[in-house]
Amino acid sequence: MSTLVAVLAYGLADGAILALAALGFVLIYKATSVINFAQGEFLLVGAYMFYTAFVVMGLPLLAAVVVGVVVATIIGVLVERLILRPMIGESPISIIMVTIGLSSLLRAVVQMFYGTSPKSMPKILPTGSVNILGATVPLNRLLVILVAAVVLTAFTIFFRRSRHGIAMRAVADDQQAAMTMGISVRRIFAMAWALAGVSALIAGVLLADISAVDQNLAAFGLLVFPVVILGGLDSVPGTIVGGIIIGLLKQATASYWDPGLATVIPYVVLVLILLVKPYGLFGETRIERV
Amino acid sequence: MAMTATGVHHRSYTSELRLRATRAEYVRLALMGVLLVVVPFVLDNYWMSIANTILIAIIGAVGLNILVGYTGQISLGQGGFLAVGAYTSVILSDRMGLPTPLAIALAVVMTAVVGTFFGLPGLRLKGLYLAIATLASQQIIEFLIRRDYGDFLTGGLGYINVERLGFLGFQVGGRDVFERQWYVILAVLAVLSVVAARNIFRTGLGRSFMAVRDQDIAAEAIGVNLTRAKLTAFAVSSGFVGLAGALTAHYSEVVSWEKFTLEVSILYLAMIIVGGLGSIAGAVYGAIFMTLLPVVIRNVANALESVVPFLGSQLPAVQNATFGLVIILFLIIEPRGLNRLWERIKEYFRFWPFRY
Repeated sequence: MSTLVAVLAYGLADGAILALAALGFVLIYKATSVINFAQGEFLLVGAYMFYTAFVVMGLPLLAAVVVGVVVATIIGVLVERLILRPMIGESPISIIMVTIGLSSLLRAVVQMFYGTSPKSMPKILPTGSVNILGATVPLNRLLVILVAAVVLTAFTIFFRRSRHGIAMRAVADDQQAAMTMGISVRRIFAMAWALAGVSALIAGVLLADISAVDQNLAAFGLLVFPVVILGGLDSVPGTIVGGIIIGLLKQATASYWDPGLATVIPYVVLVLILLVKPYGLFGETRIERV
Repeated sequence: MAMTATGVHHRSYTSELRLRATRAEYVRLALMGVLLVVVPFVLDNYWMSIANTILIAIIGAVGLNILVGYTGQISLGQGGFLAVGAYTSVILSDRMGLPTPLAIALAVVMTAVVGTFFGLPGLRLKGLYLAIATLASQQIIEFLIRRDYGDFLTGGLGYINVERLGFLGFQVGGRDVFERQWYVILAVLAVLSVVAARNIFRTGLGRSFMAVRDQDIAAEAIGVNLTRAKLTAFAVSSGFVGLAGALTAHYSEVVSWEKFTLEVSILYLAMIIVGGLGSIAGAVYGAIFMTLLPVVIRNVANALESVVPFLGSQLPAVQNATFGLVIILFLIIEPRGLNRLWERIKEYFRFWPFRY
């Protein structure tokens, strides 16, 4: 029982961060149909930006968050403007490769400025632990779940209610129709990248807080793929469900079976899902018979 | 000769099927031949080892280009397939005692089979979905060789030491001749691979690959068997990759999982993107360019050590940043790679003093 509670807590915390990282990925894919292999590096850059503002420059927490959000937005917009916009209309292979190149570049730049050794950052979330049903669960994991839930709800409300959110959904649905309604598709593209940068920043900071600020944050980014394929590439609720399932599955495999296997089990799920239900649990099915 | 002032115009089917249409192409062939022969007499051992790495990369890149450039099936599983070739060949030759050439041949077949298996999702998936599926196959193969269940692969060591290559009574020699002897073996195999790949695309099979890439529904409509074409493309491509993997193993004389990671898959993709998708010559240029790039950066950094100490101390980061930057710049400025760049230079001089 106590193991189960621990697995649930750790798994949900992992899953919540994965869902946040995957949210940015899905936003970009929905709005611009770009597969962003650099999502993990966005987490990395976000975490290091926050580290710079919070620890190196010694800003108070709130100011550091604001600086992080501003920088993440700028990076997102710059990437869209300088790298992805010239690529519009190219084949999927080229677009995938350009984001792979971007990921290599971002990681190398972070390494140049900060080196490879882990940075110590004072914990933002309280480090105590609570006792739930006989299991000792660290408090910060529970708070990670809470923060991620709040952020994901905020994003969902943004898409449902706000003008910009609705415009984004319109562009994702049909770019030409959206343009005739007077929506600036370019601005929406930039906004998708900016929001992806911000959600990656939050995911990166949360992940850094429960682990460490180092280069391994980027490796977490590849796990986005099982999440989005499971949930459906173009579905926002899908990322949440997918993130939670993958997070729980990983933790369950690690504690009940084999910690090594836990790193690869999401990819096994990915292959199975692709074979059985390629558009995921909530994805839009586009049938094309050949 | 089909060459005229306005371009290459074929006047008969035999002329169109010919590999080389112009005199200039024969001159280029002769120059390449001379270059291949001269290299071992000019370069020292260090540069010979780089030449050998390039030759292996050429075989792998040509194989990958068959799949990605000619058939339009993107694969991030290159590293995993290289591993299959390397481990199969080494286990068959060193542990089972088969003659090495036979082991390498069987490794090629084995990799083709494994490649076909992982190509199965490609029958239903296209573009980005296929990219993600092959990413998963890369991660799974990488995990299997790293974890090494039952110590079957490496006997618990985590790596395999490979015996020095020998076949038919011939044995590769020690330090002073090692690189040069390998150069001959690899040059022969690389040339054979390039010729074979070039010829595939003169056959109906190769043309069906290109038809699948350009428009799969139209290809099906004119009678191309999509299932067969895609799976054959995976098999043929993986065969080349398996050969490259087996050669890496026997040449470097040690096999471990670190050589077959996702980074390797990405490196090979970068080679064919930078060289030019859908061109054999492009794969060769790309393999040369991407193998030389880190070496050149290292030499430049060493030379500038006193002026810009930053370059030397941050060498790996500088190399990775350049790697990423090169990919991005090529895709934005010249998406068809070095091959197209070369063609543009030639055209510039051909039409000079006119722009076009």
